[in-house]
Amino acid sequence: MRTLTNIKAPEAAPSVSHESSEARKEQTGRNKGDGPLARDTTTVHRQSATGGSSTHARAHESAIKHVTGRAAYIDDIPAPSDVLHIALGLSPVAHGRLTRLDLEKVKRAPGVVDVITIVDVPGHTDIGPVFPGDPIFVDDEISYVGQTLFAVAATSYKAARLAVKEAVIEIDERPASLDPVTATERGEFVRPTHTHQSGDWQQALESSAHVLEGEQFVGGQEHFYLEGQACLVLPTEDEGVMVYTSNQHPSETQKLVAEVLDIPFHAVTMEMRRMGGGFGGKETQASPWACIAAIIARRTGRAAKLRLPRAEDTRATGKRHPFNNRYRLGFDDQGVLTGGDITVIGDCGYSPDLSDAVVDRAMFHADNAYSLGQARVTGHRAKTNTASNTAFRGFGGPQGMMIIEAAMDDIARHLGEDPLTVRKRNLYRLGRDVTHYGQRVEQITLLHDIVEQLEASSDYWSRRKAIAEFNAKSPIIKKGLALTPVKFGISFTVQHLNQAGALLLVYTDGSVSINHGGTEMGQGLHTKVCQVVARELGLDLEQVRITATRTDKVPNTSPTAASSGADLNGQAARDAASKLRERLFDFAAQHFDQELGGLDREGMRLEGGELIAGVGESERRIPWGELIQKAYLARVSLSEKGFYATPLIHYDRDAAKGRPFYYYAHGAAVAEVEVDTLSGEYRLSRADILHDVGDSLNPAIDIGQIEGAFIQGMGWLTSEELKWNEQGRLISDGPATYKIPAFGDLPPVFNVDLLQGHPNSQASIYRSKAVGEPPFMLGISVWSALRDALASLVDYRHCPRLDTPATPERVLMAAEALRNATLVKAAQPETSDDPA
Amino acid sequence: MIDFYLNGQRQQHADVTPDTSVLELLRTRLGQTGTKEGCASGDCGACTVSIGEPDGRGGLSYHSANACITPAHQLNGCHLVTVEGLSRGDALHPVQAAMVDCHGSQCGFCTPGIIMSLFTLHEQQRRRPAPLTQQRMEAALGGNLCRCTGYRPIRDAALRMNEYPDTHPLWADDPDLAGNVATLHTDATKAKPSAGATSQGRFDSPRDLATLRELRRERPQSRLVAGATDLWLESTQQLKILDDIINVRQVAELNTLEETPEGWWVGAAVTYSRLEPLFAEHYPAFEHLMHRFASSQVRNRATLGGNVANASPIGDTPPVLLALDARLALDGPEGAREIPIAEFFLDYKKTALREGEFIRAIFLPRPNADHNLKVWKLSKRREDDISAVLAAFAWRWDNGVMRDVHLAFGGMAGIPKRAPTAEAALEGQAPSQAVFEAAKAALRGEFQPMTDVRGTKEYRSIAAANLLERLRLMLASTSKDSDKKDAEVCLDAYAH
Repeated sequence: MRTLTNIKAPEAAPSVSHESSEARKEQTGRNKGDGPLARDTTTVHRQSATGGSSTHARAHESAIKHVTGRAAYIDDIPAPSDVLHIALGLSPVAHGRLTRLDLEKVKRAPGVVDVITIVDVPGHTDIGPVFPGDPIFVDDEISYVGQTLFAVAATSYKAARLAVKEAVIEIDERPASLDPVTATERGEFVRPTHTHQSGDWQQALESSAHVLEGEQFVGGQEHFYLEGQACLVLPTEDEGVMVYTSNQHPSETQKLVAEVLDIPFHAVTMEMRRMGGGFGGKETQASPWACIAAIIARRTGRAAKLRLPRAEDTRATGKRHPFNNRYRLGFDDQGVLTGGDITVIGDCGYSPDLSDAVVDRAMFHADNAYSLGQARVTGHRAKTNTASNTAFRGFGGPQGMMIIEAAMDDIARHLGEDPLTVRKRNLYRLGRDVTHYGQRVEQITLLHDIVEQLEASSDYWSRRKAIAEFNAKSPIIKKGLALTPVKFGISFTVQHLNQAGALLLVYTDGSVSINHGGTEMGQGLHTKVCQVVARELGLDLEQVRITATRTDKVPNTSPTAASSGADLNGQAARDAASKLRERLFDFAAQHFDQELGGLDREGMRLEGGELIAGVGESERRIPWGELIQKAYLARVSLSEKGFYATPLIHYDRDAAKGRPFYYYAHGAAVAEVEVDTLSGEYRLSRADILHDVGDSLNPAIDIGQIEGAFIQGMGWLTSEELKWNEQGRLISDGPATYKIPAFGDLPPVFNVDLLQGHPNSQASIYRSKAVGEPPFMLGISVWSALRDALASLVDYRHCPRLDTPATPERVLMAAEALRNATLVKAAQPETSDDPA
Repeated sequence: MIDFYLNGQRQQHADVTPDTSVLELLRTRLGQTGTKEGCASGDCGACTVSIGEPDGRGGLSYHSANACITPAHQLNGCHLVTVEGLSRGDALHPVQAAMVDCHGSQCGFCTPGIIMSLFTLHEQQRRRPAPLTQQRMEAALGGNLCRCTGYRPIRDAALRMNEYPDTHPLWADDPDLAGNVATLHTDATKAKPSAGATSQGRFDSPRDLATLRELRRERPQSRLVAGATDLWLESTQQLKILDDIINVRQVAELNTLEETPEGWWVGAAVTYSRLEPLFAEHYPAFEHLMHRFASSQVRNRATLGGNVANASPIGDTPPVLLALDARLALDGPEGAREIPIAEFFLDYKKTALREGEFIRAIFLPRPNADHNLKVWKLSKRREDDISAVLAAFAWRWDNGVMRDVHLAFGGMAGIPKRAPTAEAALEGQAPSQAVFEAAKAALRGEFQPMTDVRGTKEYRSIAAANLLERLRLMLASTSKDSDKKDAEVCLDAYAH
């Protein structure tokens, strides 16, 4: 007969020795490797000015494993000793026909066990995630530098990489198409153009008091996840494979691996414990490597590992889409938009990938926080000979917002107003509360509240005055200031992705395991989901554990993307936990104190590790462990699945109208920069942020997301420059040439606060709001502040075009252009007076 | 055979190929996977480890290094500390506890490297307590990229780490560790040619100049390595097989820092970290450049001699050495000779070194009171970036006119190069707008820079001229306070 574990009785009330025992618990509990690790922080990192609570500010569930080096990533998983290492042969040219691929010397190279090309793929050869267009290996047509031609499996990583160099490759090279604007003019698209229209934009332009137009180039961005693309595949029983992968979308990779191997989905299991960063770069673009490794594993019967060296990772995978945007907008004497026309061109690279949705999202955010009036927004999906650009935090939203933020600055200079004044006048407000795609903006006063609070807390106007005085006296060093808001729509714009599942397991020692479809990439999703389950079941966080995301626990999951991880999976976990709780209540009501007529089902609750029924004299407390064991013996199921589908959302693509977003998340940032207008160098000297996360699930994690996103957004717009040579080869292909922000780029003054007192108006998980992407766009304030500093060179009469990334070079060139224009102007009257 | 201590435990490994990196040794051979590979090029810091070497006073001095570009054979006689070696049983090291409490990790992949940089800083603080200034934190952490946090919680962890009880790692209890490491370090058998032989090539570590000359005579084609911070990229990035290496890190004569009345002879294997106090005292502009030169992981290993011998057109120190009229002591099988640095750089990556020859030392002339040096670097990122343009300007005042004007540039030509016609425009002149305009015009004729990933030729030309303009404005400033003069035309963060 099976016996049940003895469960320690709950600890007695705190005794004298409480403190020292707590201290010991602290000492021993900290470093258990794989033990339950989440715990309260010793102090809140900063006392929030707006009175933030530290109650939920729990440390990341893997924090102790991170700092001790025990958190395992793909390349750290112990592999069988006969594991094969895979290296890829990548195309050296951007466009052409593969005329010869001679791999005889590769096959004979030391340590090589297998070499495969397109002809060795048993099933599907197109692994396009949404639309076709992504061949697993080049067949004939080469579309970009870095496209996979073949794969080599060898006994060591180095042997595989050295063998690749032995290939004889001949390509009939053709001119590469690298300019998305030219591609658009030629009608070369990966997907059809889409348009939003509200009202008569032409009439609005004709009747406007003022009309301005402008254009900009917004550069792309390399994800630069610190852990590169990696997977490990083991052949399993029958025709199956077990795939360990650094991956934001295990279910999709499962599907593609199955299709490539021509086996049913249930023969493929994915496991994903944690990623060393994802940021969108492992949403679709983790799949090819898993597919290739799976083919090798099945062919050889051996474990196969594929991890891309940094430079190859950077060349082979897509990035944030560069955009070419333009606007033609009308406005009144106050700078309030009456309407106009915005066009965004996304540089999609060679294939559709997720570009349809990315450009859609750019279009959905071309208004950012402002009512466009009667407007048309057009989005083109240009096809070029580069890697297929993909998801990256914000998913097109940031690129779309850049055009309207440029327009706000331009309008302000045109009217001689402060840009903040113009921005505030244009914020969505009653009567101007419907977007150009027909969604009504709820929580309409919230953005006004945020901007006003931040205006005050950052001391915007007195700093504005001080900066004007400083700039008047400083010919070379110029300071700039800008406040920019963010309104970001939350939900996948592809409706069916807005669903999630969870699996809750309770074991007879009372420990709880929760699995859900989301993946952990550092954003603290697992911590938040554990917090949800602990809260629903009245348990300590330490009693709830999440291990790896697995497709054989929760099937058919959506990617962890669109900031939706906690919203969707938190709700699914809550659904499972509340169903189990209700079942335990039903059981407890009948089982306990039967002689007294059972427990009062009404008002029963789980709290502090106990089930509590009744009140006062008749209160009855049953420890969680006892409850669970009794339930088990009474043959009550201790597992439950949960499910969630986001309500309300819909979008009619033909009408280009709908409610694509469940709600909006908001925020605003004030950035102050100092610019050396002789060298173009600059630094961010201060940033103030106020951001809306509804009722925060975990303030420490949310603040971490906001700060990290802001700095990443700043990097996108300042130092992170993707450069291709004329042949279409990416020449900024590693950290030596591609510069993400470093420690010293953190501003000396950095005030970050969560907006208090504004729970989500929609019934999201505990009225919280998604936080992954929205704060990324707060970084736009830094770019706008740079333009502000440059505008001071011409006494704020004009705002120079400043394409991004606004590297020191671009800033210097903009400054030189302004100075030269001034010189020319100043020189003209002089020449006429000059007698010589 | 490599023979060292890892987290307090003796490690002896035979037949490690010469081009094996410390990271490869740890992860592949020793199964120690806490140390991560982020880039394999020394640019991200995820693989940061701490290396302890005898400090000559019976203790060990620790410095941070990028394991991905540190040769495993250079571990001989060292104490290697990795992220696995910091906690004491269940108790976290103060830097680990501070990182947890400050929410300093998100995805966690850069975290082991951050922890090791913080550990090294913590060790240095223990040995020599000093205020933890922004500059010191930047120096310690500027080479560790984090893509998730934005660094604020990491800065907080650095500021708070000293508040925690100083939990020593277990190995710190071993009273014999430092002595044992020192014994290994000086073990002469490790210097014998036989010690460097492996089945797949050689990694020799001579201890004296005579042996080095001899090895160079025998194998003039061998690759010399000191810090390995550039050479190792040939292995990790270009997959070249490095199978014939002479390690000069322990050659006594290349490790001296000799002061004379005229200046200093800096041994070619002296690391930047060792030079920083000298620069700080005598060449503040040079010292300031160090804050923007690579990362501490690199400065702890890399050498002035390596930067010169590498002869890259975008190396940061050669223009400074050109501006200072440095001299080079070359040595080799055919004997020793001395040349001015200006005669060293012949063409792109081509130097005056003859077959088998090597740099023994670099002479830095002692600046007198009238001497002025300005060094300005332009790059996309302030820390750990390679220059688009680097300008080093030196001159002395003589009754209000500029004399011995040296204007040297990096990034403007195929070699680090002076601008003689621009120099001539300023020579013997008071710093008026007119003479500077002439110098700027001369500069335009002097360089035809190229467009590459770090900047266009137009930008380089304008920026180089603007740096001359910056100099003019500084000299023209009416401010009394020299710092203030600089601040008027140069951001604080970049000023010198």
